Parts: sequence; C-alpha cells; structure tokens
Amino acid sequence: MTAPIRELGFAEAIREALAIAMAEDERVFVMGEDVGVYGGAFQVTGDLVQRFGEDRVVDTPISELGGAGVAVGAALTGLKPVFELQFSDFSTLAMEQIVNQAAKLRYMLGGSVSVPLVVRMPTGSGLGGAAQHSQSLEAWFAHVPGLKVVEPTTPYDAKGLLLAAIDDPDPVIFFEHKLLYKTKGPVPEGRYVVPLDRAETRRAGRDLTIVAAGVMAQKALDAATILASEGIEAEVIDPRVLRPLDMATVARSVTRTSRLLIVYEGAKSFGIGAEIAAAIAEGEAFGHLDAPILRLGGAETPIPYSPALERAAVPQVEDIVAAARRLARGEA
Amino acid sequence: MTAARAEDAPPVAVANRPAIYDRVGAGGLREALRRMHLIRRFEETAEDFYVRGKSYGTMHLSIGQEATAVGVCAALGDSDYVTSTHRGHGHCIAKGAEVGRMFAEFLGRETGYCRGRGGSMHIADPAKGNLGANGIVGGGIPIAVGAALSAKRLRTGAVVASFFGDGANNEGAFHESLNIASLWKLPVLFVCENNQYGMSVAFARSTAVASVADRAAAYSMPGVTVDGNDFAAVAAAAFEAADRARRGGGPTLVECKTYRTRGHSRSDRNRYRTKDEIEAWKARDPIERFERELSALGVATAADAASLREAVEREIADGVAFAEASPAPSTAELMRDVHTPAAAAPR
Repeated sequence: MTAPIRELGFAEAIREALAIAMAEDERVFVMGEDVGVYGGAFQVTGDLVQRFGEDRVVDTPISELGGAGVAVGAALTGLKPVFELQFSDFSTLAMEQIVNQAAKLRYMLGGSVSVPLVVRMPTGSGLGGAAQHSQSLEAWFAHVPGLKVVEPTTPYDAKGLLLAAIDDPDPVIFFEHKLLYKTKGPVPEGRYVVPLDRAETRRAGRDLTIVAAGVMAQKALDAATILASEGIEAEVIDPRVLRPLDMATVARSVTRTSRLLIVYEGAKSFGIGAEIAAAIAEGEAFGHLDAPILRLGGAETPIPYSPALERAAVPQVEDIVAAARRLARGEA
Repeated sequence: MTAARAEDAPPVAVANRPAIYDRVGAGGLREALRRMHLIRRFEETAEDFYVRGKSYGTMHLSIGQEATAVGVCAALGDSDYVTSTHRGHGHCIAKGAEVGRMFAEFLGRETGYCRGRGGSMHIADPAKGNLGANGIVGGGIPIAVGAALSAKRLRTGAVVASFFGDGANNEGAFHESLNIASLWKLPVLFVCENNQYGMSVAFARSTAVASVADRAAAYSMPGVTVDGNDFAAVAAAAFEAADRARRGGGPTLVECKTYRTRGHSRSDRNRYRTKDEIEAWKARDPIERFERELSALGVATAADAASLREAVEREIADGVAFAEASPAPSTAELMRDVHTPAAAAPR
C-alpha cells in the first residue's frame, strides 16, 4: 500500500517532516530564533508551536552560540534537537559548538557518546540579502570529519532527507536554499526516508554529466532542457548529500558521458566542485574523460546587493548552458 | 552563606564545625579528603610522567584547586552531570572516575576513558555524569545548559554543575548560557574556579568587575563568592545551589576563589607572578587545611589520614601499572567512532 501523494511546497515538506518526527518521538524538539509564534523567518516551522506547544517549539534568545551549545548538550543527554539557524551566515556565530564540539565529541571521547543533532539553515543568494545573508557555506561544513552535510533539491527529498537526518545518531547540517522554499512537488503522506549516502540522477543523458545540488540542480535541469533542444543530452546528478559524497554515482556517469561539469553557488575556489573534480581525477573515471573537468562556481566576491550584480555573482541557467555547450562540443 | 574573600580568610579555621558537615556526614567527609588526595597524587604523578619523558602532549594541572572540585561534587549524585575544562582531572576524580583509566588516557592507551583519542584535555566519564573536559575555554558552559534542559524536559531530577575558569567569564558562551539558563529556570550550577589567571593575564587585567559573581545580577540569578580552598565553604554553596536547582528555582553562579600553584601548562615559565605569591597560596593548601580540620573535629584522626594516604598511594600505583601495561590503540582503528555505527545507534 502506498501513501497518497500531494503537491507540497518545499517549506511545507520540511514542516511535515518535523511534525512527523515530533509526533513519533517525544525526544524530538525544535529550537531556534523566532521558530515559535512567528513561524520561522522563512515560515518553515509555521504552526508547529500551536500543535506541539512551547516546550517543543522553543524560541531562543538571539544567541546562536549559546543556542547551538544548548542543542549539543541536550543531544548528549537524551533529547533530539533540531536547531534552526535563521540564515546559514549566522552559523559563523555558532561555529565553535558545531565544529569543535558536536562534530568531534563522539570521536574525542572514544565512542562513549553520540550527538543526535540536526542544524537546519537557509542558504544561498537570490533574495537581495546582500553579503551577510546570502552566503553558501556548505564546503566549510563538508570539510569537517564527524559532520554529515545535506542539501535537498525537491520537496520529496527535503522531507525524506530531514526524517533521515533526525533519525541519524550523529550531527547533520541541513542546508535549505531560500529560492526553493516556495517551489512545489509531489510528496507522499506519512513517514519515508531518503538515505544520507546516495546521489540521485535527475535526468539521464549521454553527452555530459552535470553535478549540482540544491537550487543549482534545478538550474542545471532547466539548462538541460535548453541543451536538449540543441541536441546536447546532459545527465544531471544531484548529490543531495555533500558529506558523505556518493562519488560512485558520479564516476559511473562520467565513465559513460566522458565529460564533467560541476555547478555550485559557493565561491568557486576551494569549494564543493574542487572535491568532486579531484575525486574524479584520482579515480578510474579519469581515463574516460574526453575533456578537462569544468567548474562553475560563485564569483570570488562577497554577494552584492544590487540585483544585476547579485545575479552575476552566482551561476545562472545561461552560464550552465554556455559551459555545457563548450564542454560537449570540445571547445573547453 | 557567607561571601568570603580567599585572602581574608584565616588559613586554619576549626573553631566551629561547619553546619554543612552534618549533611555531608563523617563518611562523606573522609571520602572527600580521600578524593582530594587522589586528585593531588594523580596530578603529581602525571607531572612526573612528563618530567621523565613518559607522556605525550600537554596537560593542565589543578594542584591547589582540589577543594573546589570535591566540594562541588559532594552535592552531586551519579545521575547529576558535570561539564569540565582543560584543567579537568580534579572534576573527573571528584565525580568518581577511576585513576587507572585516566592514566591510560593520559598515556594514549586503548583502555583510557577516550580509548586514547582524547588525552588529558578530553577525559570524560558519561557513565558517572561527566560529560567531559573541554579544550575550548567556555565550550562546556552551553552544553551544561543543554544537559539541564534535558533534565527538566525528561524530569530526571538531575542538576548540572558546569566548571569553568575566570578566563571563561569573558567568553560570549558564558553570557549567553547564563541568560538562557536563568530565562528557562534550568537546574545549573555555574561554578567559576577563579584561580586568578587566564594563562598569564591576571583577573583584574581581564575582567571589568571585581568578582565573577557580580555578573550574576545581570542574569537575575544568585551569585556568591566563596573561598575555593575551603571545602566547607564550597560544599555549602554547592548544596544550596543544587537544592535551589532541584526545587525548580533555576541556576546559581558560584565563584570559588582559588589558585593553581603550578603553571598554566607545560610551556609556562611563571613570568607573570612572583614566587612570594605562589608560596603564600601554598601556605593555604586546601588539602592540608581540610585534613587538619577533620582531625581537630575528630572526623579523621592523624592515623586515619595516614592510612587514607597509603590507600591513595596504592590506588595510584595500581592505576599506573594498569595504564603502562595497556596497549596503544591500533592504527587499524583510526577511523573508528567518527560516526556512530548504525547497529549501535539508539533509535
């Protein structure tokens, strides 16, 4: 028997995952700035406070470090907190607890504890937030052993990945691109999980492989539609989870297509694309490449405010189309 | 509770039996003395390991601060939590840890509390409620508040003592944590071991208030300063704070004025303080003082104390032997415990 499927928004799908986890398990609770009656800065927690009460949908003071530490301590001692940071940029204030404590406690203490913590944070540009409300910091967290890093693209995955993240016994950083909150897609009712170690092939194609997560996966799919009209068939792989990265799926695709383009919003250098490119260069798939690997990343600049500048600072559909054309036609 | 400045208190005060001793009980007082000796001998032995080139990495000794750790933990049970600091050996022993597994951790052995992955700065004993020493100044304070949130939500009745030094009182984590704990009326004892120096910088050169306890007013919680070298004063403050926390009255900030007679860590050349100052504090040694007091009160005679010290020496010797005979971790297990194995995960 399969669950009925509805069209649901990305934010609603996340809220549904939170509600399911909280209804199933008393230990699960949500905390963060304005997650209560306000419903969250991006209306993700919405009406959860009415449904579960203030003890389980906890408004914190504007204390990102203190809040993160409280979440770590609660996770160590029997609760399962889902901590919302209002913008991923504010993780800079909570970094000590996430990186020095949550990520390391299990290892550092010889396996005697676990930290079942989820930190949710809206990421990315596109809403005029300027330099301190628009960053894409996924690579920072993906660099830290002990963390898992998730970035969903569809409402279906947002719900299933978040339920998997809450089930996970270790800290999971959950990035939600702001431009995706209002997107819609089919989402089954009830509980299901999307495993935290598997990429998804969003579109099959023979001519090149495009790897992109979150809103960049959507842009890559839009680009692939345009490319198809020109006779270029792009395969689009959505990693969904950036750490641990499912490189086997990427390598299999590259082995067939012989061309690889990686698209991501964070600054191009030292980013997610470098890791994926290097992993391919180190492996067997390298021998199948017919062209150099291409990366399309964010500009080496803080995210600017003015709309045309903001747009120019991160990869857009037309940039992906142009890069894919060059790659597919051997002009790279 | 009396607010006493360490420098004002007489070095020996045995005129009256402190009221808190009735609550701790004669057995509890002898056990407290034993644990203070055990902490001292553990650290002296650890220091000796270093001098003889047997240990690796750094360590931070709390010699001179034993009454604070043991006095606070006297008010706690096994189901209560502590969070500790880089100078955490005392808290660990005071909360009931075995010195053998501590020595093993110190020597980086597989039988250590952290299986050799943490070392001196990260010893933890979750089974006894010790959530761990911490290498980040102030790192344990918000974690303690989280543990207190669990205790309140899960109605375990547990309280949490968060140890930190005077250096941590200028970290944002300290201020955010006190505010949250007071706001949510959480059962936390914020225990500042004011040992006068944040590494080399004297308290008065780092902190804009005269006493850390003065900070409590900003967060609407009681703040008390006690002589941290006086077991009775520390225990009285800890019991009162723990009682208040267990009643649902929220957190208390307890400042224990004390002194570390050793340097900050192995690199310390003591350029920032005088020999006279160190000697003056050594004359106020918390263990000698407590031992004399218990003898004067007839709780532990000189002979009792001597046999207790002998037992501590045997425990230390056995602990060292256990640690030295223990294997180093296998490099094949380098990757173990980065994540929780699916089979071991609580669901």
